[in-house]
Amino acid sequence: MRREYGIFQHIDWVIIALYLLLVFFGWLNIYAAVYDESQPSIFAVGMRYGKQLIWIGAAIVLAIITLSIDPKFFTQFAWLIYAGGILVLVLVIFIGRDISGARSWLHIGSIAIQPAEFAKVTTALVVAKYLSKPDLNLKSGTSWIKAGLLVILPALLILLQHDTGSALVFLAFILVFYRFGMNRYILVAIIALPVLGILALLVNRYILFGILLAAAVIFYLRSSRKFRRLMITLAILAGTFAFILSVDFVVNHILQPHQRQRINVLIGKTSDPKGAGYNVNQSLIAIGSGQILGKGYLHGTQTKYNFVPEQSTDFIFCTVGEEWGFLGSMILVLLYLLLLTRIILVAERQRSKFSRLYGYSVASLLFMHFAINIGMTLGLMPVIGIPLPFLSYGGSSLWAFTLLLFIFVRQDAYRQELV
Amino acid sequence: MEKRYENRKFIILGIILLTGLVFILRLFYLQVVAEKYILSANNNVLRYITQYPARGLIYDRNGKLLVFNEAAYDMMVIPRDVKAMDTAEFCRLLDITPDEFRERLRKARRYSLYKPSVFESQINRENFGALQEKMFMFHGFFVQPRTLRSYPYHTAAHMLGYIGEASPSVIDRNPYYKPGDYIGISGIEKSYEEELRGQKGMKIRMVDVHNRDMGSFEGGRYDTLSLPGKDLWSSIDVDLQLLGEELMQNKKGSIVAIEPVSGEILCLVSSPAYDPNLLVGRIRNHNFSLLTADSINIPLFNRALMATYPPGSAFKPVNALVGQQEGVLTPETRFSCPGGFPLGNGKVVGCHNHPGPLNLAESIQHSCNTYYCKAFKSILEKDGYYATEKDFNIWRGHVLSMGFGKQIGLDLPSELSGNIPSSAYYDKYYGKKGWHALTVISLAIGQGEILVTPLQLANLASLIANRGYYITPHVIKGVGKPNSVTRTFMEKHFCTVDPKYFEVVVDGMEQVVLAGTATNARLDSIPICAKTGTAQNPHGDNHSIFIAFAPKEHPRIAISVIVENAGYGATWAAPIASLMIEQYLKGKIGRPELKEHMMNGNLIHR
Repeated sequence: MRREYGIFQHIDWVIIALYLLLVFFGWLNIYAAVYDESQPSIFAVGMRYGKQLIWIGAAIVLAIITLSIDPKFFTQFAWLIYAGGILVLVLVIFIGRDISGARSWLHIGSIAIQPAEFAKVTTALVVAKYLSKPDLNLKSGTSWIKAGLLVILPALLILLQHDTGSALVFLAFILVFYRFGMNRYILVAIIALPVLGILALLVNRYILFGILLAAAVIFYLRSSRKFRRLMITLAILAGTFAFILSVDFVVNHILQPHQRQRINVLIGKTSDPKGAGYNVNQSLIAIGSGQILGKGYLHGTQTKYNFVPEQSTDFIFCTVGEEWGFLGSMILVLLYLLLLTRIILVAERQRSKFSRLYGYSVASLLFMHFAINIGMTLGLMPVIGIPLPFLSYGGSSLWAFTLLLFIFVRQDAYRQELV
Repeated sequence: MEKRYENRKFIILGIILLTGLVFILRLFYLQVVAEKYILSANNNVLRYITQYPARGLIYDRNGKLLVFNEAAYDMMVIPRDVKAMDTAEFCRLLDITPDEFRERLRKARRYSLYKPSVFESQINRENFGALQEKMFMFHGFFVQPRTLRSYPYHTAAHMLGYIGEASPSVIDRNPYYKPGDYIGISGIEKSYEEELRGQKGMKIRMVDVHNRDMGSFEGGRYDTLSLPGKDLWSSIDVDLQLLGEELMQNKKGSIVAIEPVSGEILCLVSSPAYDPNLLVGRIRNHNFSLLTADSINIPLFNRALMATYPPGSAFKPVNALVGQQEGVLTPETRFSCPGGFPLGNGKVVGCHNHPGPLNLAESIQHSCNTYYCKAFKSILEKDGYYATEKDFNIWRGHVLSMGFGKQIGLDLPSELSGNIPSSAYYDKYYGKKGWHALTVISLAIGQGEILVTPLQLANLASLIANRGYYITPHVIKGVGKPNSVTRTFMEKHFCTVDPKYFEVVVDGMEQVVLAGTATNARLDSIPICAKTGTAQNPHGDNHSIFIAFAPKEHPRIAISVIVENAGYGATWAAPIASLMIEQYLKGKIGRPELKEHMMNGNLIHR
């Protein structure tokens, strides 16, 4: 017996409230970032804040439409939607337009959209669909490899569009895989490798070898001391040694000088505030000059006067940091943590495996954006141009994140029905 | 079986919360702990723009404007903003060739694309007028007002001085000045720099990443206003100054006139002079090197304060006064003059024909050398032949009290002190007790080691006119308002000779003009008291020297005139002084042919 739900029945108002709060806060900050005394109307359609307002309106319409679609639609047509997404990504490579080096825009009439943003939604759907197959053997490595390929395919296509940042975001699915049974060492390796890579460049390699060797010996002595365990330990040790040597070799002999420079700036080996480090340096200045309480709304100078590049899109967090200070920035970070935690808790309460998987995908994708974007503005991550969800200027990313989130909200509202 | 992995949600939540915590800690470091970011932010955005106040004006004693600020305009360019435009018209307006236009634009580009640089400096008002209407056509160009000093009377260059950019050493010493600031370099511009310059203001503007102006910082809350410089009222009479420069043309020398009762300098002529407008604006560097290169006339040299001469006979009134004070002379003291004063070694200090024996007043009237040699010998041997040094020091003390041998301390820079030799000097030269009255007898008639400046001579005339005191001469009588001199310039400096001894000297000086050595200086209806001097010097012909004051009672002008290498004091200096006195007291010249004669005398290109 199927009950009919209204659009807003059983939906999770905490998520909706956090969503609206972030979107509205983003709009305020876009206004501040491109604030121009000669065009003070916050509704000026010619300016970015005016456009963003239109896009927010469209996003809310999109959200309502999503909430009125039968949730089964997404499970039924996940493969089809995925295939459509892949098709569009391929299309973009051929007919897309170049905007600042990346061929990732598709123009439909006067509207330009970025299919890569929507590819996250389609991939999340298909991953949930595939991994929730009742007959799937999650013990088997091949299942995970297949799932991985579903993620790698769109990521590769996006890489072909020279949009490295958006491609990198697909790493988020590792967290989903991990939660649902992937071997934990893969997660450990993916976290450990960048750390090891940075250490390889900063620390003398023999000291590093020594430390790793000592760690391996301790690990082996404390474990069951089986022969198999010894072999694995030695293999991992050899692998890390090889990795360290190859990182060193690649950076110092294969990379172009400007790439090497970027890496050196990032790991703090050299500083280059006018060149490779310009963006990050200006970003730190803007955020740092906000101090505890900030300079006040619309009183930021660094972002308003364009010292920070891309201040309404990828570097929107600088505007927050400068004008709202430590207090405002911290509250924003906490809002994100609240949203992410809420999504995970809601995902955990799903009866349907598809919904749970999908929920984790949403949380992981949002987390990846949050971590890379804010990490970048705080000088903790390399400069990777991806938007801050719900805050950054741009229709495609706002709509894609809205869609991503509201499909989940819709699934959750039907959690009693879906199994 | 899925339950096995349920605990992994805590790991994932842990990763998320840990990331958030790292961000918050990082934010805390950036925004609360570290201070450098707020500084960097200010460096990025704030530009401190100096507001230059208008420099004070300078008036003469009758309120005529001697120095004012003329508007001039610098054409500035911001290369990045330059758009396609009518270059031909632009070049025509600025009177430059298209090649020059390209070259200058290239230079500006090399300096900075975003920062303004000077494209054409100091465009005058007329050219600016034509330009202004069309400026809207030339994107990237704008005009920036500046001021130039201007001198409508083309006179008194030495006294007024000039301004120029502050030198690095000045900037090091005085934090007020920044590179590019103007500062007074000589004359009144230098000595009254602090009053004239006013107080600079500061505007804080904000700029964007392209250095474009984005308005004032915090609505101008931290801006400071500039305070305009104070106007100065000079004691100079510009008509007298102009006449003096006219009379002195083609001659080397100077004229200094003082109002005795106030110490106000009425004119300060140094010849050869130059037009102060030459040292202004774009032409300044060129003209400055031309003036510096003129090593014969040295026009930049202010003779009135910096040239030192032996005063010759003009010094005799000093010895007449000291002699009375020391009790070796009375008005009726008479010395016979056999046509010279024998020095005992076969040499003779010569004298000229005059009746004799003369009394004190007559000795001044006829300028008898013998009389003063004898008088000076009496002064130095008052306490016996072997007490020369002590008596010499007494004499020297009297002379110093009259403003000689030291800087008088007027309100202009670069004054020299001249020289009244000390006993130590002679001790060194002749040995202790190795010199006597006869050894230094030249001092009796203002020759020898004695050196005085024209200013000191005019001050002597002023001192005698006041019968015993002088007020430190000064060229500025009002700062900010017409009459407001400081106490320094009101104090009477009495000399060590009692006022009662002056009358006989004044009488003698009156006779100089009426029936003595300078009858050609006579002015009907106004009694002039004067003394001629003819100074022998190592640089050629004698200097013609004349000091005077008039009228005899309640004198209104004291004056010294020196014409270098012009012969007798009576020949050139006396008539010039007479004309100056006439101009000042009567406001016009009643002897045009004498004026013509003096003006046309060319003593440089003989």
